[in-house]
Amino acid sequence: MDHFEVFGLPRRLGIDVAQLQRKFYELSRQSHPDFHQAAAPERQAEILEASARLNAAYRALRDPVARIEYLVRLEEGRDTKEGAVVKPKAPPELLEEMFEIQEALQDARAGGLDAASRETLVGQRDRLMGRYRDEEARLRGPLSEAWDRASASERAAALDAFKDALATRAYLRTVIDDIDEALGEVEEGHVSHRRH
Amino acid sequence: MSRIVGIDLGTTNSLVAYVDEKTGLPRVIPDRDGQALLPSIVSFASEGVLVGAAARRQLVRRPDTTVYSVKRLMGRGYEDVKDELCYFPFKVLPCEGIVKIQVRDREVTPPEVSAIVLKSLKERAEVHFGEPIEKAVITVPAYFNDSQRQATKDAGRIAGLDVVRIVNEPTAASLAYGLQKIREGVIAVYDLGGGTFDISILRVKDGVFEVLATNGNTHLGGDDFDREIVLWLLEDIRQKHDVYLGRDPEAMQELRLAAEAAKIRLSFDERTVLTIPFDGFTYRREITRGELEQLIARLVDSTLRPCRMALADAGLAPTDIDEVVLVGGSTRIPVVRRRVGELFGKTPHSQLNPDEVVALGAAVQAHILAGGITDMLLLDVTPLSLGIETLGGIVSVLIARNTTIPTNAREMFTTSVDGQRTVDMHVVQGERELAKDCRSLARFELSGIDPMPAGMPKIEVVFLIDANGILQVTATEQRTGKASAIEVKPTYGLSDADVERMVEESFTFAEADVEARLLIEARNEADTVITHVERALGQGAKLVGAEERAAIETGLEALRRARGSSDRELIREATTALNHATEHLAELMMDAALKGALASRRADEIMEK
Repeated sequence: MDHFEVFGLPRRLGIDVAQLQRKFYELSRQSHPDFHQAAAPERQAEILEASARLNAAYRALRDPVARIEYLVRLEEGRDTKEGAVVKPKAPPELLEEMFEIQEALQDARAGGLDAASRETLVGQRDRLMGRYRDEEARLRGPLSEAWDRASASERAAALDAFKDALATRAYLRTVIDDIDEALGEVEEGHVSHRRH
Repeated sequence: MSRIVGIDLGTTNSLVAYVDEKTGLPRVIPDRDGQALLPSIVSFASEGVLVGAAARRQLVRRPDTTVYSVKRLMGRGYEDVKDELCYFPFKVLPCEGIVKIQVRDREVTPPEVSAIVLKSLKERAEVHFGEPIEKAVITVPAYFNDSQRQATKDAGRIAGLDVVRIVNEPTAASLAYGLQKIREGVIAVYDLGGGTFDISILRVKDGVFEVLATNGNTHLGGDDFDREIVLWLLEDIRQKHDVYLGRDPEAMQELRLAAEAAKIRLSFDERTVLTIPFDGFTYRREITRGELEQLIARLVDSTLRPCRMALADAGLAPTDIDEVVLVGGSTRIPVVRRRVGELFGKTPHSQLNPDEVVALGAAVQAHILAGGITDMLLLDVTPLSLGIETLGGIVSVLIARNTTIPTNAREMFTTSVDGQRTVDMHVVQGERELAKDCRSLARFELSGIDPMPAGMPKIEVVFLIDANGILQVTATEQRTGKASAIEVKPTYGLSDADVERMVEESFTFAEADVEARLLIEARNEADTVITHVERALGQGAKLVGAEERAAIETGLEALRRARGSSDRELIREATTALNHATEHLAELMMDAALKGALASRRADEIMEK
């Protein structure tokens, strides 16, 4: 049973999150181990499995971008475990700026940043954050809508568009994290799980 | 289903509660003296084991064999705690794996000490219900890792309890609030206790309590505040009396208890005076609330970062929080309330007693599990990411922090050498990229693999975090569908055999003869009364007439004689009689002290002007 099926949903990205949450609570009441304490051990094991499956399904579907990552994995018939679905890829139009940033990051690692290059880096980081948010908006909006509209023959193209956008997003995340680290703005013990 | 009680196994105090069938409301079970809180202290006296208030009275007298705040040591290794061991007057032994405490001629582990506290609560509940109690829900800090949770579960087993659920303290508190005070909304539970700090963000809707994120520090609480005060007092004493007491365990306990008491008073008073009689001098020091706040400012501020991280993980801003609930004794401190209020931009509330609310919530969860409540459901999360060590010591995360539990992850394993019969896995918990920076949970060895060329065997390993937040690992050989044998070597835990042995031993060891225990308690009480009366006679003898003084001295002598006997009833009677004989004197002294205090306050005011 895939995550959409757990909720009795078609494989579409347009999901009403409030409704999904209600359904999650409703299904939790059926399959949470709390309500099956007196059941036989085999039944308890089934309940545990069902409950874990429900939680995983809700986690994958409640967030629009996680939902797309899951869909890509599902369409490609890959294992459903968490993990990046694509390799990070730099968007071509940013290559020149990336080169500058990488140099600044190397300087930072070598011996610290002066105030001016620090300021430049902050500006670049903020622009990349903007670009990152744009990419997410594109994923959640037009690309998701395109998938839901797509006929069987158009699906492959829609899927490729997802993978491109996800690769760009993953790349931006990595660079933003690197800049934050260079700027000393990462809190210890709180990495952003970029490998997920 | 048999009765299930809810237990809050705290750093400083522990409680047991249940849901009253008639009212549907949770209630704390008091001991026979009407006390709800059982101090989480165990004293290993030569005559037997003391627990609770009786053990608390041994803190100064027998610092080396009286174990307190053992929760800070649960599920931990020596390396984790060695920096704070200098503050504990009892001896913690350097060893591999789980820490051990040396008391007299034997070694005990933290779960065994906790088991003695649990057993006392179990007995209290049994007296209350007049029936055996075998099942309990026990609370733990939300940020407890797998080893710490497992250690708590082991403690329950050693105490003869079937721990049907380990539940997180802040979420338990939210259940108690949910039943009585809060129906809907997003709530932040800020839980600062004696030794641990948690922040949990929940959405409450339609009777479902869904934890969105949790964070915390399992090594931060009131104990650390006391420590700051003690260090400050040590320095002050060194300056004023030219003596350093840091290496005197009895003096350190006196200081710690006085610091704790002063801290508590400063939640209500602006200033307070500490008076501690030491050998050769009496130390007196006024401390103001402002001074206390300065001493603990850094620690209080360090709770704010986990709050911000939890908010970030929940994808919420402080303004999205509808209600802030305070839990744990340390949230009585005004500066704590102020900081929390500032962070969330609203006044936090604490209508339910912060010392009791976790136990009440545990009782609610117990009632849910027993089938007594069907309209409430708690959906909790795992606080820390779970991963396995891969090549180069890098962690591959299988289950991310703040994932709703139960949850599982599947991973395929194979062999790297022809004919390899076993595969090892190292499971860790934490948020760092390298395994060495995370918490090592256990090493698993999959064995009994049929000899095959490298890469041929396909073993599916399922990592399941159950509703207790505890990891279970199973493995299946895909080709045969056969369950693979797994040997678990917990890094900081007890093996099943260890626990079994401790269950056996607990019957001979912890179950000190009740009669012997009562005798010790009676003697201790007599000692306390004798000390007080001696002091009172020294200070206030002229307040009473010669006749009354003679009566008191007779009573005192009678109690001294009774104390030497083994007749508990005789000691009790003599104690009561002496108490009675000194009532009038005590009143007079209280009046005099009040007048004195008023006089000195007036003097202060005049000085200020």
